[in-house]
Amino acid sequence: MLQALLRRALEGAVVVVLTSLLVFAGIYLLGNPVHVFASPDAPPEVVQQVVLSLGLDRPWHEQYLRFASRALHGDLGVSYVHGQPSLALIFSRLPATLELVVFAMAIAIAVGVPLGLVAGYWPRHWGAQAISSFSVLGISVPAFWIGLMLIIVFALEWRLLPTGGRGETAHVLGIETSLLTLDGLRHLVLPGLTLATLPLAVVIRLIRAGVREQRQMDHVRFARALGIAPWTIVRRYILRNVMVPLVTVMGLLFGTLVAFAVVTETVFAWPGSGKLIIDSIRSADRPVVIAYILFVVVMFMVINALVDVITAWVDPRVRLQ
Amino acid sequence: MSAVVATPRPGAAAVLAAALRQFNASRLALAAACLIVRAALLALFAPLIAPQNPYDLAQLNILDGRLPPLSRASDGMLFLLGSDDQGRDLLSAMLYGLRICLLVALLCTVLGAAIGTVAGLLAAYHGGKVDAVLMRIVDIQLSFPAVLVALLLVALLGNGIDKVILAVVVVQWAVYARTVRASALVEREKEYVEAARCLRYPTARIVFGHILPNCLAPLSVVATVKMAGAISIEATLSFLGVGLPITEPSLGLLIANGYQFMLSGKYWLSVFPGLCLIVVIGAINIVGDRLREVFNPREER
Repeated sequence: MLQALLRRALEGAVVVVLTSLLVFAGIYLLGNPVHVFASPDAPPEVVQQVVLSLGLDRPWHEQYLRFASRALHGDLGVSYVHGQPSLALIFSRLPATLELVVFAMAIAIAVGVPLGLVAGYWPRHWGAQAISSFSVLGISVPAFWIGLMLIIVFALEWRLLPTGGRGETAHVLGIETSLLTLDGLRHLVLPGLTLATLPLAVVIRLIRAGVREQRQMDHVRFARALGIAPWTIVRRYILRNVMVPLVTVMGLLFGTLVAFAVVTETVFAWPGSGKLIIDSIRSADRPVVIAYILFVVVMFMVINALVDVITAWVDPRVRLQ
Repeated sequence: MSAVVATPRPGAAAVLAAALRQFNASRLALAAACLIVRAALLALFAPLIAPQNPYDLAQLNILDGRLPPLSRASDGMLFLLGSDDQGRDLLSAMLYGLRICLLVALLCTVLGAAIGTVAGLLAAYHGGKVDAVLMRIVDIQLSFPAVLVALLLVALLGNGIDKVILAVVVVQWAVYARTVRASALVEREKEYVEAARCLRYPTARIVFGHILPNCLAPLSVVATVKMAGAISIEATLSFLGVGLPITEPSLGLLIANGYQFMLSGKYWLSVFPGLCLIVVIGAINIVGDRLREVFNPREER
């Protein structure tokens, strides 16, 4: 177990170093950073001064080591646009994103698991077919389009909910949250539903496939032959076996949702980390882009390791290697 | 003991015909396949079909801007789906957008499948270190969501049609590699491969001439689904303004442009390109699902 985790950590470190090299190459070799600080028609002495002050006259590996050692100290540069350290900027926007992600995940599980069970247990019923069609639609329809449709229907036509923004927020333990004010919750509904569509479809498909497979198994067929009520069969003999892949997929979905939050936040002007990264890409705010990429890579390595540990814990047959 | 009877092996054509019959048994899948063919034809012949060339500024009249669907332009032309802020016929713009969408998706699929297939075959046939390293890369890559990786790659590379394709290929090759490796591992152990080895066929001939054709069924399923994925990723990137440039307006970009006018009630500029996008992606996914059922007889129907 410990050995497996250590191996994971080592592997994660390799991936992070490779990513940082890639990012470094992208930033320092493709574009000329001098012109960020000095205008293109600046006199050569000024340009020379900038080159010296940034250490751009040093060989590339020396520049990379400087970049890496600063990164290890949590210094990933200062945002050109916001004038704040980029990592701190990302962390300040993170709670808003997590709020959306948690909301969407809760909907996906609370609605997706029962629907998947129904669709898998009675595959020929018209309701089950409707659920299956919805799940195909859910993975087919791009997230931004769902957001647009929700805005048209609920915000523009019926004027029930706001079109964007985060609304009023309350402070709990120093963190801003929309979950505790009515206005905040009203702002959360549409982006939350938008973000929930994809995980909902994935959970339905996963559970449906799992139930269909389990239903064919001997232990379930015997249970049915004994006349045990379907609900008891589902709860006792099917659900337990279906839950293991759900844990894995939930972990992966968490990451996917952080990614799709980029789209949702842009559509709904939700001030989270996703909107920050898009704005930063558009305004060529490189320190923020670099910080976000490295942050995301580290986050995913941690999530994946956690998922493996939890899976091994839930299902003793799975061994960590 | 029963006598060994040589059963006549069905030829490739017969196998294909059987698969096709099975595929057609689902009317939904058949309809979806027809729809894809129609969309591809529309995209291919867009310059001939479209009522106007939406990017020839001489044909546009700014006074015809933002007309609702079914209204007439000043020169009498019918705007079936309305017009955008520059007086461009939305239907024409969508046909051209579809053309770019499908072109990008096709290139992504072909390149991704080619690279992934070679990697997967290499990993399966050689095994050992090559396999371990390649599959570890695949595992790590697949643990990151595709849209996010594509987005960050485009953020680093800058936007443009070639960069978007590169980003999608980088994101998707791993799926093909994993699929091909899995079925190639099974095929490798079969007797025909052993026979080919005994005949001292060169490795390349065994791998590409014998193993590869038997991996095509799962590959085609993955390619279909990933093609829908490629369209979706491209549309998302373009919608976010970091995908294709304005000179190559795909459906995603049309939706993004319409988004500015949506809050003032000009909904059609976003709705129709979006519907077009969904219908295409949905149809491809339905075909993919059906192919999976046909090629995977283990799953009950």
